[in-house]
Order: sequence, then structure tokens, then C-alpha cells
Amino acid sequence: MNKQRLSALWVAGTLAFALLSMLVPLPGVLQPFKPYWPALVLIYWALESNDRVSLGLAFVVGLAADLLDGLLLGEQALRLCAIVFIVLRFRSRLRFFPMWQQTLAVMALLVNDRILLLIVRVFAGDALPPPSWWISPFVGAALWPFVFLLLDDLRMRLRIQQQ
Amino acid sequence: MALTREDNSPLFAGTVAGTLRLIFYLALAMVLMVLDHRNGWIWRVRYSMSVVVEPVYRLAGLPAAGMRTLTVAFADRKLLTEQNQRLREDLLLANAKLNRMAAVAEQNQRLKGLLDTQRSLELNVQLARVIGMDLGTNQQRLVVNLGARDDIKQGQVVIDAHGVIGQIVEVLPTTSIVMLVTDPNHATPVVVERTGLRTVAYGVREGDQLSLPNVPMAADIRAGDKLLSSGLGGRFPPGFPVGEVLSVGQSQSGMFLEARARPTADIDRSDDVLILHDQAEPVGPPSPAAPVGPPASLAPPPGEVAAPAGARSAATPASTTSTVQP
Repeated sequence: MNKQRLSALWVAGTLAFALLSMLVPLPGVLQPFKPYWPALVLIYWALESNDRVSLGLAFVVGLAADLLDGLLLGEQALRLCAIVFIVLRFRSRLRFFPMWQQTLAVMALLVNDRILLLIVRVFAGDALPPPSWWISPFVGAALWPFVFLLLDDLRMRLRIQQQ
Repeated sequence: MALTREDNSPLFAGTVAGTLRLIFYLALAMVLMVLDHRNGWIWRVRYSMSVVVEPVYRLAGLPAAGMRTLTVAFADRKLLTEQNQRLREDLLLANAKLNRMAAVAEQNQRLKGLLDTQRSLELNVQLARVIGMDLGTNQQRLVVNLGARDDIKQGQVVIDAHGVIGQIVEVLPTTSIVMLVTDPNHATPVVVERTGLRTVAYGVREGDQLSLPNVPMAADIRAGDKLLSSGLGGRFPPGFPVGEVLSVGQSQSGMFLEARARPTADIDRSDDVLILHDQAEPVGPPSPAAPVGPPASLAPPPGEVAAPAGARSAATPASTTSTVQP
């Protein structure tokens, strides 16, 4: 029981940290390179602990991110729901991909997320973003192996069992 | 990695329930988005949640703030060194300038002392603005904005930073009229600075020049000589620059040299002029004392009394133009 609570806390902590990382202001030049941290962490947890991460959790995390980000309530909830749904649907296959394939899959997920965001923005009546806007998913994919290994390593050290 | 728990994640096909849940959540998110986009009430929510949100922002801003503090700390070290260096150079330069200024001030004091031994030259002046100008061929006058109300008196000398401009010839309640040294009716007693030669500079009809028509043939005068007011005649205080000799030639009569000079004062340019308050001590015989004698009842018949008064009124126009009687 205690172990479970600890692992739940750990998951919540990483998600909160991801939200915080999303908010960290970067110099204007680096801003387009900022990866979508909540998505990366959520993908990890969706892959590694399947029944803890659900669409509901993704929705709540997205709402929190929207509240913090202050752009459009529900936007990130929609995006994270879509990502988590795809990951959960292909979870069994994604888990046994070698790292490079997994990275490619994550890149496809993030690009898909960008397209979704673009559709939402266009419907909301925003202008088309600059080309640098498309860099972020590739940065996120490039960081994926490190995020994965780091979180995996920490999880092993904390001896959190996957539920 | 555990391979055991595969039961609730089907390998190839999703469950209908999962898809339905996705559709539910997507619809919810869309409803939220549309509502928010239409009404913009996310700001109200964020406003009420600012107690929670604000510390989060602070937390998120910490790394950037730390970075900024660090860069400022490191950049400032270099910057401060540079600034220190620059300030030190500036200080040196300022000190050098100050020393030179001190030398100049000392020299100034010495020169002033020299001047003071000749004649005390504390200028008691009043600043006036030029408000009108009449630079014709027959008369060259300025109008300044001080008049009888400001204690301006006829005959006061008007100068600017470079030399004598003229003298006041007419005082109105709030303005007064200045006759310029270049007025054809004006004559200024001058002395050639280099040789001490005394002569008189008249205005000329052609405009902004001075003419020295009666310089002795043997006199040493040449172009470039500076003319100062000589103080003769008691109108202009001595030592003020009046003009600079431009050319020297034969006068028409052939008995004198005639020099042309350019006034040093910026006559056609100055906006502000100085009106000297200290009039030079009158040189020459004192003005006749007011008749003190028997009371008027004992006075002789009026014909005899009119004579001194007439003499005095004849002297007045001469003094306004300050012509030196040789």
C-alpha cells in the first residue's frame, strides 16, 4: 500500500515537473526548440504503467497545462488525450520496439500532435505559425531516448513496480 | 520488463469502449475550447486560481532568473573593470583640464588686476533683447526691450560679447533705441591698440563699416589693427573693442590717411545685448553749477537768464552722439 502510494506520488511528481518544464521561460531564440515535456512524460508512463495512465489522467493533466499556459482551455487536454489514446492502443507493440523505432514512433506522435494543434489554432482563427514552430517535435524525439532512460533508471532505483 | 500483463492491452485491435472514451474526452475538450474561445472565461478561472498558479510561475521562472543572475554577476565583473578603467581615464583627463582651468583662472586674475590698476572695470550691465532693427543707409538703429521703466538712461553704452554696439539715443517707457557705431551720424573715439594712436571712427553711409577719415599721413596704422574705445569724450568707457582695420588708403583730400574698419561686435547677429550701467566719468569741465544766487524775486529781467540755459541745451545733442571735439 505504501509502495503504491509512493509510486503514485512519483508519477504525479514527474508529471508536475513536466508541466513546470513546459512553463520555464527560455530565451527567444531557444523558444521554438522547447520540447513538449508533458507529452514525453505521459508517453513514458503510458508505455510503462498501463493502467495508471488513462485518458482521464491525460485530460486532467492537459487541463492543468491549459490553466497554467493560459492559451485556450481544453486545447492541451485534447492533444494529450489523442497522444495517450494512440500510445495505449499500440502500447504492446511500442514497448518492444528497439529504441530507434520507438524514437521514430514518438516523433510521429509529436508531429501528429503539432498537426492537431495547427488544426485547433486555425479553427480558432489564429495565423499560421512560422516554420520554426515545426522544430519542436524533432527536438522532443531526439530527447526521447534520454527521457526514457532517465525515467526508467529512476524508476528502477526507487523500485517502483509497474502496476 | 514484464511480459505478463498483456490482458488489458490488446495487441492489435482496440476496444470499442476505449474509442468511445476517447471520443467523449475529445468532445469534452472541444466543448471547453469552444466555450473558452467564445467567452474567454479561462481568464476568470485563472484569476481565481492565481494563488496556486503564481507560485508555479515563480518556480518555473527560477532557472531563468538564476541564469540571469549568474550572467549579470559574471558580465558585471568584466563590465565593472572596463568601467573602472574608463572612469580612471576620465578622472585623469578632468584633472588635467582642471589644472589648465586653474592656470587660466590665475592668468585671468592677474590680467584683471592689471586692468584694475588702470581703472576699475566691474561691469554693471543689464541684459536686453533686441526687438527691432533698422539698418538703413541713413540710420542704423536697434530697438531693445528695456526702457525708462528699467532705469535706462539716454547715453548708456550698449555692448555685446565681442565689442561695442552703440549707445542709447532715445528712451521710451518700455523700449529704447540704440544708435549703432556704424550709423553715419555716430562717431566713436578710438585708440589703435598696437600703437596707441588716437582717432575717431565714424559710421559710414554704405552700411556695416567704420571709417577713420582723419588719420595723419605719418601714422602707423595698417590692416588688422584692433581699435579700442579710448574713453575720450566721456561717453564710452575705455578699452572695449570697437573694430578691426580692414584697409588703409588716401583720403579724398589727400591730406590724411583714411582707414576702413569692421566693427567687432556682431551687430547684425546679436539677439541679446548688454547695456552698461556705469557711465564713464565725464571728462572735461564740470557741468555748470545750478545758479545759486539771489532769490528769483531779485532776478534780473528774463533775457539775461536765457543765455546759460541755451548753452546747456546746445551741449546736450553733442553729447548724445558723443562726438569728440578735437
